[in-house]
Amino acid sequence: MKNQPKTAQGLFRSDAMQRIMAFGALIVLFVGFSVASPYFRTFDNYVGILLATAVNGVLALGVTFVIVTGGIDLSVGTVLTFSAVMTGVFITNMKFPVGIGILIGILAGGLAGLVNGLLISRMKIPPFIATLGMLYATKGLSLVTSELKPIYFNDTPIFREMAMGSVIGAIIPGLDIPNAVFILFGAAIIANLILTRTILGRYTFALGSNEEATRLSGVNVAAWKTAVYTLCGLFSGLGGVLMASRLNSAQPALGAGYELDAIAAVVIGGTSLSGGEGSILGTIIGAFIISTLTNGLRILSVPQEWQMVVTGGIVILAVFLDILRRRR
Amino acid sequence: MTNLAPTPVSQPVLLRMEGIYKSFPGVQALSDAKFELDYGEVNALVGENGAGKSTLMKILGGIYHKDTGHIFLEGKEVEISNPHMAQRLGISIIHQELNLMPHLTVAQNIFIGREPRAKIPFVVDDKTTNQEAERLFKMLNLRLDPTIKVADLTVAKQQMVEIAKALSFNAKILVMDEPTAALTETEIDELFSIIRQLRQKGVGVVHISHRLEELKQISDRVTVMRDGKYIDSLLTKDAPIDQIISLMVGRTIYETSPELPEKPNQEVVLEVRNLNHGRVLRQVNFSLKKGEILGFAGLVGAGRTEVARAIFGADPFDSGEVYIKGEKVHIASPGDAVAHGIGYLSEDRKRYGLALGMDVKENIAMAAMKKFLNAFGWMNFKKATVRGQEMVEALNIKTPSLEQQVKFLSGGNQQKVVIGKWLTADTDILIFDEPTRGIDVGAKSEIYKLLNDLAHQGKSIIMISSELPEILRMSHRVVVMCEGRVTGILNASEATQESIMKFATMRE
Repeated sequence: MKNQPKTAQGLFRSDAMQRIMAFGALIVLFVGFSVASPYFRTFDNYVGILLATAVNGVLALGVTFVIVTGGIDLSVGTVLTFSAVMTGVFITNMKFPVGIGILIGILAGGLAGLVNGLLISRMKIPPFIATLGMLYATKGLSLVTSELKPIYFNDTPIFREMAMGSVIGAIIPGLDIPNAVFILFGAAIIANLILTRTILGRYTFALGSNEEATRLSGVNVAAWKTAVYTLCGLFSGLGGVLMASRLNSAQPALGAGYELDAIAAVVIGGTSLSGGEGSILGTIIGAFIISTLTNGLRILSVPQEWQMVVTGGIVILAVFLDILRRRR
Repeated sequence: MTNLAPTPVSQPVLLRMEGIYKSFPGVQALSDAKFELDYGEVNALVGENGAGKSTLMKILGGIYHKDTGHIFLEGKEVEISNPHMAQRLGISIIHQELNLMPHLTVAQNIFIGREPRAKIPFVVDDKTTNQEAERLFKMLNLRLDPTIKVADLTVAKQQMVEIAKALSFNAKILVMDEPTAALTETEIDELFSIIRQLRQKGVGVVHISHRLEELKQISDRVTVMRDGKYIDSLLTKDAPIDQIISLMVGRTIYETSPELPEKPNQEVVLEVRNLNHGRVLRQVNFSLKKGEILGFAGLVGAGRTEVARAIFGADPFDSGEVYIKGEKVHIASPGDAVAHGIGYLSEDRKRYGLALGMDVKENIAMAAMKKFLNAFGWMNFKKATVRGQEMVEALNIKTPSLEQQVKFLSGGNQQKVVIGKWLTADTDILIFDEPTRGIDVGAKSEIYKLLNDLAHQGKSIIMISSELPEILRMSHRVVVMCEGRVTGILNASEATQESIMKFATMRE
C-alpha cells in the first residue's frame, strides 16, 4: 500500500512534481541555449556554469534548512563576506596556516548562524528581523576587520587551488573541472544526508510542519531551531571560503544580494516558504537554473538588467506553479 | 468489570488533583477544581463549553501551569512543568485539536522526539521506526501504513495516529479530549475496544466527550465540572443522562428571557436553504425575521461559526441558497455581504473585527469608507468625526477621545466600536459571534441592552453563543446545531438548558 498518486491530477499535485518540473525547465534551458548559441555549447562554458553555481549553491543548501522550518535567513550573503574576510585576516594578515584559516572562515559563519538562532528561538525575534539585523552587522564587521580593503592571498597560492585547482584534471587530463564544483556536490550530499537521515533533518521538517505539535511532543524546539540556523551559518561560511578562494581575495564589499539568489534557488527548487516541505535536490536544480539562465542570456547578449527581469519572472512563475499545484 | 471497590488506604489512587486554581487574563478558568482517577478506570469528564475540562487536563499534561493546587501521582506529589515531563511520568494526552505534523509520515509522527537511532550519532533509523510502528498497530489492531504522509490521511485516520502515538508511551494515564468527534461508528467501536484493553492492563483513562450516550458504553465513573469547579463524581451505572445534564448546566440564576423585547414581526429578512459544505455543514435551513434575535446554540465544532462565515461570504460553500427579503442573492465575498446589508462581528474581535492600531473614528468608518471619501478619494475627517461622535454617544463607548487607538480600549468598548462600525455601514442583518466573550459582567449587560435596542429598531440579529444562559436570556428563537446539522429550532417558551443540550448532543 504505497502512496502512489494514481491520477494525472494526483501526480501533478505530488511533491515530486515540482522537482520534475524544475528539472524539466533546466533541461529545456540547457538545450535551448545550446541550440541558440555555439558559444554556449562549449566545454569551457559548461564548466563556467558549474563554477558559477558553486557559491550560490552552497549558500542555498543552508537556506533550504531554514526555509523548511518555515523561517528565513536574509544574512547568508553578508555572512559569506564576513567569513571570507575572516579567512583573509587569518591567512594573509596573521599568517596562520591555510587549513586553520579555512576552518576559521567556516566557523565564523557558524557563529553568525548561532547568534541568529539564539535571537530567534530564545529572544523570539522574528527570523526576518533577526537575520536582517545580522545582515547589517556582518556587512559592517567585514568592512571594519578588512579596513575597507580587499585582502589578497598572493602569499599562499595553495589557497586559490582549493576552489580553482582541479584534482580530477590531474587524474584525467583534459577534464579540468575545478574543485569548487566537487565541493558543492560534496556539500550537497552531506546536506541531503542531514536533511533526510538525521534527527536534525527530522526536526527541521517537524518544525516547519507544526511547531506547536513538535513542542508538545517533548522536543526541545528552541535548541533544534538554533541548530538549524547554525547549520545554515556553517554553509554560508563554506560559501565564503569558496568565494575567497575563487577570487584569490576576500572582497569586503561583495556578497550583499547573494542571499536573494540563494532564496530564489531554494524557492525555484520547490521548497515551500510556509515550511514543512523541501529537498536538497530541488535546491541544487534551482541554483543551476539561475546560473544557466544568467550565463545563457549573457551569451545571447541580453543586457544584464534584462537578465534580472527574467530571473524575477522565473521566481514568480515557479511559486505560482507551486500554488496551482497545491490548490484543491 | 473493573474493580470499583474503594481503594484501601495502603494503595493510593493513580491520580489525584485537588484545589487547582488557574486564571487567564480576565478569566478565572479553574477555581478549586478536583479530579481523581483510579487504576483501570475510565473516568468521563463532562461539562459545558468553558467548564474548564480541557484546561484541567492541559495542566495535567504540563502545557499550562497551575496557579495553585496539588497533583498526586500514585500517592506522590508531582510538579509537571512541561509536556516532556508529563510523558516521562506516563501521562499521555490526545488533544482536541490534532497535534500532528502533516508533512511527516505516520511512523515519524508517532516517534517524534524519541526516534530510534542508528549506530552512527544523530542518524535516525527509519527502518526500525517503521517496524516499531507496525508492531504497535498490530497490537492495537489498527490498519495504518506507517510510511504514508499524515497529510494524505483522512481526519479519522489522523485521529487514529494520535491515539497510537499516545499509547506508544506505555502510558499509565491516557487523556482523550473529544476523541470521537471525527470518527465513524465503526472507528468508535474500534477505539472503545482499545480503551477496554487498556483498562484491563490497569491504565487509567480520562475521557472528555460531549456525546453523553457514549459515556454509558465506556465509562465507569462520570466527573462533572461547571464554571471551573468540581461539581460531582458518580458511578456511571447509577447516573441517568438527565441527571448528568442537570448537574452540567446546574445554575438557575438566569430566569428565562425577562429582557426580551416585543415580538418581532413576521417579515422574513434572511432565509437559508439547504446549505452544505463538506462534512462541516449539512442541509442547514433556517430563517431570520425582522427585529428578531435568533440564538445559535451548540457545542464547540457544531458548525455555528461556519454557517455565519458562509452566509457572510468569508468561506465558500458547496451548495445552498441564501434569500434576503425574499430575493435570492449570490454572496461570494464579505464585500457582497456588506452590500446586501449583512454585518459579521467575529468571535475574535482583535483578529477579524478591528484595526487595533487605528483610532476609534477610523474603525467606525472602516466598513463604509465610501461615505467618508470626497471626489478625490480623500477621507473627510470632519464627517468621520461627526459620525464617530454620534456612535460614541449612542453606544455609550467609553473612550478618552475619538483619536484613541482601539487597542487601548477594554473588551466591552472594543465590541461597541465593532457594532458602531456595522451600524455605520447600514447593515440590517447583524451576525454576532460570541458577542460577550472576554467581556466582564458589567459590560455584558450593556451589550445585551444594546442588542435588544437594535432588535427594537428593526435590525435582525443572529447571535451565536456558547453560553446557554445568554442564549436563553436574549433569543426570540433558538437554532440548535450538532455536527453541522440543525437539530432543532425552539421558541423562547420551549427553550431550556435541558432541551437545548438534548438537541446539541443529538448525533446521527
